[in-house]
Parts: sequence; structure tokens; C-alpha cells
Amino acid sequence: MADLSVRIAGVEFPNPVIAASGTYGNGECYTDLYPLSRLGGVSCKGMTILPKMGNVPPRIAETPSGILNSVGLQNHGVEAFIEYYLPTLKEEGNVIIANVAGAVLDDYIAAAEALDASDVDMIELNISCPNVKAGGATWGVTCEGAAAVTKAVRAATSKPLIVKLTPNVTSITDIAKAVEAEGADSISLINTLLGMRIDIRNRRPILHNNVGGLSGPAIFPVAVRCVWQCYNAVKIPIIGMGGISTWEDAVEMMLAGASAIQIGTAIFTDPYAPLKVIDGLAEYMDKNGIKSLSEIVGQVKPW
Amino acid sequence: MSYFCDKYTIVEKTTLAAGIFSITVKCPEMAKAAEVGQFANITAEGYTLRRPISICGIDKEAGTLRFVFEVRGKGTEVISRANVGDTLDILGPLGNGFKLPQGRKIIAVGGGIGVPPLLGIAKECASDCTAVLGFRSYDRIILDKEFEKYGANVAVCTDDGTVGFNGLVTVPLENTLKNVGADLVCACGPEPMIKAVVAVCDKMNVPCQVSLEQRMGCGVGACVVCSCMTVRNGEEYYARVCKDGPVFDSKEVKFNG
Ligand SMILES: Cc1cc2nc3c(=O)[nH]c(=O)nc-3n(C[C@H](O)[C@H](O)[C@H](O)COP(=O)(O)OP(=O)(O)OC[C@H]3O[C@@H](n4cnc5c(N)ncnc54)[C@H](O)[C@@H]3O)c2cc1C
Ligand SMILES: Cc1cc2nc3c(=O)[nH]c(=O)nc-3n(C[C@H](O)[C@H](O)[C@H](O)COP(=O)(O)O)c2cc1C
Ligand code: FES
Repeated sequence: MADLSVRIAGVEFPNPVIAASGTYGNGECYTDLYPLSRLGGVSCKGMTILPKMGNVPPRIAETPSGILNSVGLQNHGVEAFIEYYLPTLKEEGNVIIANVAGAVLDDYIAAAEALDASDVDMIELNISCPNVKAGGATWGVTCEGAAAVTKAVRAATSKPLIVKLTPNVTSITDIAKAVEAEGADSISLINTLLGMRIDIRNRRPILHNNVGGLSGPAIFPVAVRCVWQCYNAVKIPIIGMGGISTWEDAVEMMLAGASAIQIGTAIFTDPYAPLKVIDGLAEYMDKNGIKSLSEIVGQVKPW
Repeated sequence: MSYFCDKYTIVEKTTLAAGIFSITVKCPEMAKAAEVGQFANITAEGYTLRRPISICGIDKEAGTLRFVFEVRGKGTEVISRANVGDTLDILGPLGNGFKLPQGRKIIAVGGGIGVPPLLGIAKECASDCTAVLGFRSYDRIILDKEFEKYGANVAVCTDDGTVGFNGLVTVPLENTLKNVGADLVCACGPEPMIKAVVAVCDKMNVPCQVSLEQRMGCGVGACVVCSCMTVRNGEEYYARVCKDGPVFDSKEVKFNG
């Protein structure tokens, strides 16, 4: 069978398929169906230094080919993650990525310091959550903010650092360059696009938070575009995500410039989606005589 | 407790009322694992999210599960078009069901499409079960005869008085609690009904288990979108309806939270 392994920031993934943060818990929820070791890695639920309650429900609305969510980073805090979830994750999974969020700079630093001393393989800096009032995406929408938080976290940890970008900006490539300059080892994109739905019967937004993040197949073309633009702007490897649900989507994302991919919303539709993507990629490589996936990364032939 | 996800064949389909369908699927491993009050997440072809539907009947010998659902929107409409011989993509059984003490008197209180998950209580508890079932009108009544078939005492209520007691389920509930008493009340239905039932149980000092609804993503505890405010050990916490529920002890739930 094809060798699906990829390398990002010195970390070896047995295959390029990673569960996206916020859609896969801390890896504990799908083991009834298949072992965590089938995935190349898992990006854990976004965590903050202190536990966070999250937003008032309803927190999800269906949209054409997608969903809006407004979870608001509900999590048990970094300490609980390290103590209760990480040991099992390390034992059962491959690459373990801690997705970190915060309101102020000190939150990010404290979380990164705590995780630096832990067994996580990588840190994914979430500066792109649209669902929290303080911090979150406010860091990710300006070059200054993105650079400042990357710089601070870079100083706080020697773990490989991925910075996760929001598409809700005028120029995603400027942000990508800013975090690359401050020492990010990789970037992941895209986080959700800000959206809204209204129930016309009672004139209320479906989400109690009024607005939320759009994900799922609906955002796939936007994600491909963002990855392609960033691939042409930075040298660090890119983890592509946003609406991937089939192996064909994964190949497309890699051709645009992604070295690995994350799958989120598609798992709600079909929990086996990540495995189907992995199997599909293997078959695609075999059929096309591709020895390593790195052969196709960024190989789109633009007009 | 483990769950499964696969395509399962429909072996029986009936209509219970206009727009309310009963579908039985052959799914031996799921049936074996299922408990009263659990639910499943059923794919609506063409839609991103699966639809949560309660398990209405469990036949471990035949290896089947039965679902009773009402067409509410586009997703349930798509599911309702599946016929005997077709398959449904089902993830389940999910969540925690009712905790039914053996040999105790239980009152099952259901409103409308909240009635189906309670039928299993009648099957398990027979004449120890009293069912108080509320519907909008005579033509919306479902499953009452099946509760009776299992030996439960049934009181039907309608909002318009066309059949049975004319009014809210809380009146027959309170009367039954006063006259016969009960060790446990189990409730499922619209939120105002659940709140009213819990208020009666609190007043009469009877334990109550409630089955709640919330919009869901994954259905297996991974995404924390299906939250419900609960209080545990004095601390407020957003529990997950899909994984920590859908059945909660009413004392844990903070309504309007
Ligand atoms: C644990 C649980 C058990 C349920 N059991 C039953 C049952 O046995 N029989 C039955 O008829 N109905 C049941 N429901 C309600 C059922 O899930 C909704 O009626 C259904 O999801 C509506 O989908 P739709 O596509 O027809 O409506 P749409 O309005 O088109 O749905 C849009 C989105 O909102 C969600 N949604 C809409 N209403 C609800 C609701 N009340 N609860 C949760 N999500 C909702 C849908 O799942 C979908 O994601 C249950 C709900 C839950 C949470
Ligand atoms: C319910 C939900 C929760 C999410 N939580 C997080 C989070 O905590 N941290 C984060 O960086 N991204 C979070 N995301 C964004 C996803 O990781 C991903 O970037 C986005 O959903 C696009 O990918 P998809 O279309 O495959 O889902 C969340 C997405 C969803 C749907
Ligand atoms: S629906 Fe995902 S946690 Fe409940």
C-alpha cells in the first residue's frame, strides 16, 4: 500500500488526515467506531488556561451544505487536558495537537508554557475563533495582533508551533507572512467564516449568540483559495481545512498547497469520513504512481 | 455502552397520524446495545446534519429498533420518504436512557412527539406504569393503545378536549400522584410541559427524570454544541444533551439556564 506519511515542522504523521479542532473532542468520542490510531493526528478541542463555560445554546444551525456554530470555546482548561485527556491520547493516537486560545496575551503565554512541559506533539495557536467576545479572532485579524501573539508564544515554547488563521480578513497572505516572520513553524487554515441565520417565524437568530462560524462543504472553495494564496506567500508548510469531505477534496487541497489536511464538519455527516479520505488517498497514489504526497503539494497549474 | 454506525434496512413502516411515521429497522448489534430513552442520529440524505430521533421500541430477539417521528422540516421529510427495503444510515444507540427502578410505580408523562421514547417504559414496567399522554387534538393521538397493550394505565389528554381529559397533563399527573402515588416520574415533550411536570414533582416531592432536546452536531459528545445548563455539586455547567443526557435528573437541570 502507498506510503501516506507526511512531515510537518519535523513531526512525522503516518497519514495527512487530522481531525479538526472542536469537532472531535479530545479524541475520546469516536473510539467505538475505529481506533484513534487510524488518523494521522488529532487537533484537540480549543483550550484556554482556565476552564470556559461557552455560549448560551442553541449553538448550531444547519445551512446549505454546512453549519454555523457558536460554541464559544467551552473547555475544561489546560490543566485538566494535560491531566485527564493527554495520557490516553498519547497512548492511542498519533500526532497530538493542542489547540490553544485566549483572551489576552498572558492567557496564551500561560497555556503555551504549561503545554511546553507536557507530552503534546504540537501547539496550534487559535487566533481565529469567531465565537468569543474577548480575544480569539481579534488577534488574528490584524498583522500586528497576529505577530504579537505568535512572538509571545514562540518565546514560551519550543514545541512545533502552528498558527491557525481566520478567513475573515482583507488579506490572509499578509497575516500568514506576519506569523511566519515571528517564528511560526506552520500555518493551518481556514477557521470558520462569520455567518448568521434567522428563523423567519419568530424573527430570532437561530444561534443564541446571533452570529456564528460557518463550516462544512459550503466553505471549501474559499478554503482552497486561501490555501493557494498562502502557499504562494510563505515558505512554512500549510495544513489545509475547510469543507473537506472526500478524498478528492483532500487532493484538491493538497494541489492548492496543503501538506496535510484537517476534517471537521464532514465527521458529523459521516463519522467514517476521515477513514474514507485516507483510503481514497492511498488508492489515488497507487493508481497514479505517486510515491509521496509531497509530490502533489502546491502542484496546481494556474492559468 | 457502545454505539454503531452503518446502513440498516427498513423492515416495517406505518403511518400513525398525518405526518407521523413509525419505522422499524433491522440492526441486531444496535438493538442489543439499546436502552429505553436512548436516541439515534439518522442521516437525512443531502443534509449536513443527522437528525436525532428517540428509540421508541427495542426488540433484542428480532434485532430491530423502532423510531416514531413527525415530519417537521426538510430533513425529517427526506427520512419519511424511505420505505420498506430501503436503508437508513443510523448512528446509535446514543446517550443515557431512563434509569428505571425494578418493581416501582412509574408515571410516564409525554406530550405530542415526546411520547414515543416513553413507550419502552410501559414495555418494561407493564402495570407498574401509568402513562399520561397529551396531544393537541384527537387526530394527533399516537401510541396510546400500545401503552395499554403492555399493561400500562393510560390517561389521554387533549388541548381541545376532543378525546379524554380536556387540558394539561399536569392535572391527571397531580391526581395520580395524590391518589395512587408513584416512585418516579419520567417526562418527555415540549419544554413548557416539562417545566410544568417538574414543578408538580417538586411540589409533591417525587423524583423526576426528563428527556430533553437540543440542536445537535456530532451526537456523540465531541462538539459541545448541544448544551443544557445543569447544576452538579453546586456548580453550574453546560452538560451535553447527546452524551450526558438526553435523560437528566430534573434536579440537575437549570431550566431557562
Ligand atoms: C434527543 C432527541 C430525541 C428526539 N426524538 C424525536 C422523536 O422520537 N421523534 C420526533 O419526531 N422528533 C424527535 N426529536 C426532534 C427531531 O430531532 C427534530 O424534529 C428534527 O431534527 C427536525 O429536523 P427537520 O429537518 O425536519 O427540521 P429542520 O427545521 O429543517 O431542521 C434544521 C436543523 O435543526 C435541527 N432541529 C430542528 N428541530 C429540532 C429539535 N426539536 N430538536 C433537535 N434538533 C432540531 C435539525 O436536526 C436540523 O439540524 C428529537 C430530538 C432530540 C434532540
Ligand atoms: C462545532 C465546532 C467547533 C469548533 N471549535 C474550534 C476550536 O475550538 N478551535 C479551532 O481552532 N477551531 C474550531 N473549529 C473550526 C474547525 O476546526 C475548522 O477550522 C472549521 O470547522 C473548518 O473545517 P470543516 O469545514 O472541515 O469543519 C470548530 C468548528 C466547529 C464546527
Ligand atoms: S451534539 Fe456534539 S456534543 Fe452533543
